[in-house]
Amino acid sequence: MSDTHAQTVAFVRDTMLPPEAPPTTQAGAVKWMRENLFSGWLSAILTVLSLLAVIGIVYELAPWLLNSVWNANSLTECRAILDGASGACWAVIRVNWLQLMFGFYPSDLYWRPILAFVLLIVAVAPVLFPSVPRKLMWFSVVYPFIAVWLLWGGSVWGPVMVLLGLAVLGLFIMRAAEPLGTVPTSAMAVVLFLALFFNPPGWFNLDLGIFPIVQNIADLLGGIIPIELRPVPSREFGGFMISIVIGVAGIALSLPLGILFALGRQSNMPLIKWISVTFIEFIRGVPLITLLFTASLLLNYFLPPGTNFDLILRVIIMVTLFATAYMAEVIRGGLAALPRGQYEAADALGLDYWKAQRLIIMPQALKISIPGIVNTFIGLFKDTTLVVFIGILDPIGRASAIRATSDWQGIYWELFIFIGAVFFVFCFSMSRYSMYLERRLKTDHR
Amino acid sequence: METMETAAVNRSQMKVSDEVAIQITNMNKWYGTFHVLRDINLTVNRGERIVIAGPSGSGKSTMIRCINRLEEHQKGTIIVDGTELSSDLKNIDKVRSEVGMVFQHFNLFPHLTILENCTLAPIWVRKIPKKEAEETAMHFLEKVKIPEQAHKYPGQLSGGQQQRVAIARSLCMRPRIMLFDEPTSALDPEMIKEVLDTMIQLAEEGMTMLCVTHEMGFAQAVANRVIFMDQGQIVEQNEPYEFFNNPQSERTKLFLSQILGH
Repeated sequence: MSDTHAQTVAFVRDTMLPPEAPPTTQAGAVKWMRENLFSGWLSAILTVLSLLAVIGIVYELAPWLLNSVWNANSLTECRAILDGASGACWAVIRVNWLQLMFGFYPSDLYWRPILAFVLLIVAVAPVLFPSVPRKLMWFSVVYPFIAVWLLWGGSVWGPVMVLLGLAVLGLFIMRAAEPLGTVPTSAMAVVLFLALFFNPPGWFNLDLGIFPIVQNIADLLGGIIPIELRPVPSREFGGFMISIVIGVAGIALSLPLGILFALGRQSNMPLIKWISVTFIEFIRGVPLITLLFTASLLLNYFLPPGTNFDLILRVIIMVTLFATAYMAEVIRGGLAALPRGQYEAADALGLDYWKAQRLIIMPQALKISIPGIVNTFIGLFKDTTLVVFIGILDPIGRASAIRATSDWQGIYWELFIFIGAVFFVFCFSMSRYSMYLERRLKTDHR
Repeated sequence: METMETAAVNRSQMKVSDEVAIQITNMNKWYGTFHVLRDINLTVNRGERIVIAGPSGSGKSTMIRCINRLEEHQKGTIIVDGTELSSDLKNIDKVRSEVGMVFQHFNLFPHLTILENCTLAPIWVRKIPKKEAEETAMHFLEKVKIPEQAHKYPGQLSGGQQQRVAIARSLCMRPRIMLFDEPTSALDPEMIKEVLDTMIQLAEEGMTMLCVTHEMGFAQAVANRVIFMDQGQIVEQNEPYEFFNNPQSERTKLFLSQILGH
């Protein structure tokens, strides 16, 4: 009998109903399959077809993978071991593993790139994860200089003096900006920068013997206290090491530069706005490969004679500029999504432009732009493989070189699957991290 | 018209001094070719509570936004606390840190907690130590009666609570003047009262206030002057009793009959 008294208008429940388990058709695997795989004729047919396709692919690939050969010194040896059966010859990776990783980097110095990579993880951790102590952040700042020294070698005083020079420059800008005003400070900062770092022959016809200060002090100190690593020239770099060097440098530099250009594009100072727009539109309108050829071939014609710009440095600059233009547009999208009220509230509280940007606008704009930013990062990292066209032996370049040897002529699937898999690991990690970051930063509509 | 429950406001403490807080002289503003503000003259003494009323598009929001230079005026002078507003950024920042503003849509910073919203400007503009800024923030959050929400994010609060946080955030800068730009227009009727109560409390403590609002009950209870604007001009100003019971201009009579008629 029901406890609702249909005849009476007023109703008070006197017993509460306990929850019951749902009927079997409403739960478990059967329900899931019926809803997701066989909800109608069309879906049933598509399910069966997809199943057949998966079985077909596995049927074709399984023997190839199961018959993998790991120990052989050439493709002929592989084929002899397989004896006519179809099978993957992963031995090519095993034999050429170190070359794929380091290119022609001197093998007795492999510890240097490995140490640099381990330190990279330490340097990146405080930036990526809030649980890592903030104090480690100083290491993230110093790391680029350590990495350059470890990878290229030479006197320790070069990187140390560049770091100190930048610190002096930064300190000057911070101290001088308030009392002197923005424009004189910027002008003096540029002069200071040139004095510290630059003297391409012919730029200054001043024989004062003080340009460039950083180089001279570094040479002086190197004479007194020689701390040196064996120098390794850029042409010996290669393999995944070069992809990571270019990719990490490009990623680390393109984000701050992208922010500046995004702000520049929104600036109400005509000159800054005009420079930003021209830069962004020009770089976006030109294929990366053109920029890379410019870096490798043409740049030397434009620079004063006698300057020798390292090829990897030139490539890093071009890749960074390319990613910067895209980054600037992605961040501009984030800025445009912010309501005007946020700017007004920051203004009304008396925050100046840079403080408002840093504390209010950018944290929100960057959060909105995370998917686009990571998209650009992933694109940049994969685009590093284009350097093969200007003669840098990145993994693709190494793979071609390996395939050109008599031992491995005719092999390609294994090499490119391997390279693809390594790139996938990096790019997929970036993608997952960005999703974690989005979740962590989600503070609205909770 | 419904008389406000808070009509028993303690007016005795609301003393108006002779000191001038804001002086606007012959101020004009254009948006492109559109003449939004025409020849505004207004003197506000310290401790005055001024309510600015008028139909939408009459320039009342624009006028108070000129006082902290969220909008730029093209002609005339605005002197706030002895500092003239010009294109000099130092003066603008000085005025802004002395003048608090509360917006219609609260404009809290959604990526920061309530406490961080309240301490941000004191720490970065006033250079107050973090601990002290947090104590001040908690003091004002208690005053607007939401200290328990300090560690939540704005998105987790109701509209009325958000607006009270916005008031507390302004107060943390210890402003000498408060501007309110339709503070209750985006709120549910139930929440309007909690915000108005906070504002009344502020008025009782002698804060100089300029408030653009449609809450005529608030005007009658708190204001010592009501300004009526239309078409970018000040059409009439008077003390509230006279303004509501004996309006002089035809435009004011029409406006009052429309908003008080039902």
